[in-house]
Amino acid sequence: MIPGNFAYHRPADVAAAARLLQEHGDEAQLLAGGHSLIPMMKLRMAQPSHLIDLQDIAGLKGISRDGARLVIGAMTTQHELIGDALVAAAVPLLREAALQIADPQVRYVGTIGGNVANGDPGNDMPGVMQCLDASFELTGPGGTREVAARAFYEAAFTTARAEDEILTRIIVPIPKPGSGYAYLKQKRKIGDYATAAAAVLLAVESGRCTSAAIAMTNLAATPVFTEAAGAALVGTTLDEAAVGAAVAAMLAAIDPATDNRGPVEFKKHVAGLMLRRAIAEAAGRAGRGTA
Amino acid sequence: MDKLHVKLQVNGKPVEALVEPRLLLIHFLREELGLTGPHIGCETSHCGACTVDIGGRSVKSCTVFTAQANGAEITTIEGIEGADGGLHALQEMFREHHGLQCGFCTPGMITRAWRLLEENPDPSEAEIRQGMAGNLCRCTGYQNIVKAIRAAADARQAQQEAAE
Repeated sequence: MIPGNFAYHRPADVAAAARLLQEHGDEAQLLAGGHSLIPMMKLRMAQPSHLIDLQDIAGLKGISRDGARLVIGAMTTQHELIGDALVAAAVPLLREAALQIADPQVRYVGTIGGNVANGDPGNDMPGVMQCLDASFELTGPGGTREVAARAFYEAAFTTARAEDEILTRIIVPIPKPGSGYAYLKQKRKIGDYATAAAAVLLAVESGRCTSAAIAMTNLAATPVFTEAAGAALVGTTLDEAAVGAAVAAMLAAIDPATDNRGPVEFKKHVAGLMLRRAIAEAAGRAGRGTA
Repeated sequence: MDKLHVKLQVNGKPVEALVEPRLLLIHFLREELGLTGPHIGCETSHCGACTVDIGGRSVKSCTVFTAQANGAEITTIEGIEGADGGLHALQEMFREHHGLQCGFCTPGMITRAWRLLEENPDPSEAEIRQGMAGNLCRCTGYQNIVKAIRAAADARQAQQEAAE
């Protein structure tokens, strides 16, 4: 499988990358880790004439804390994210999700920016970012803007990022200490996309749930953040009736399609299981002091 | 398309070449440099037979352009050997524990396990299985591969203790 030919660019900073994007328009594609794009190029389902490799841009690397927010450079690899002490302490949900992406080799190269920017419904981080209420910094000719993850995904492979914009940073509000979290993913084999996956972040005070956010992966053309499912848990003791109501609300929000991972009924069944298990896991972790 | 001038280190030796931007690293290694240890298995980023080490990371070389590796240090199975120039502990233990049958996946397995032991010299069985999850073997059922890697970790530790 040989990709079509292209001109290769390796700009040293964001401004140079942005100029190349403007100059070449829709004939150009940004190359982060390439582990979604290069397989598509080998299948000739993507045939960019210009490839803009972002690996030399130091400003797109690194993870730092800015007050109550974690700021992650778009070119941070999943491997770097998994090994980062700040992430493990401040937003362990990110680490838990990253460990379930693909396999070790892919995680060494695959980036968090590529994962959220691609718009593939199979990617895990978009749902996780919606659960965390993260936002994405986009840099284009007009400067930078921030778009909430919950407003970023429009359709499969279609996002709020304009053609001449680069997704440069991911901004994650750090959950309150003691928050419970879980990312539960059912897949056919290592390296596969989810049949269904659930991201849950919740807080519990004196035995009652005080806040809950729920998002689902690969169960519609976009990740599904379901406010109603989270609301079904708030104010309850996370008893069976509340969990059942959250699952029902989630099932009303997703729109899975039959494919080689199974028929719609099966996917709904697995989605319900993943959400139940994720709520239980998150509830068990809530209040333990580490968010 | 204009060819690109690339300079990299492969198994400790400097390499320079003119390559098409679309040339995948696995094809550069096998066809231009004659390093046929890394294998082309699935060609779809799943099987890990093409695994090489790029700057301290295990990478599937069927999913990287040579241009991306410009300036990098690459190690292939041909560059992995013991301190005395003989077999590396991993290679010894794959032989000892019958960690291969047809051998097609073995270069990728050992190259990946090499990086795994560099990062985690004393892995548990679960950590070995997790760390090797990007390499498929269709013969062994993995049991002996896991045993061989654990035995290589023990052998490396014994070597280091003997050296101290």
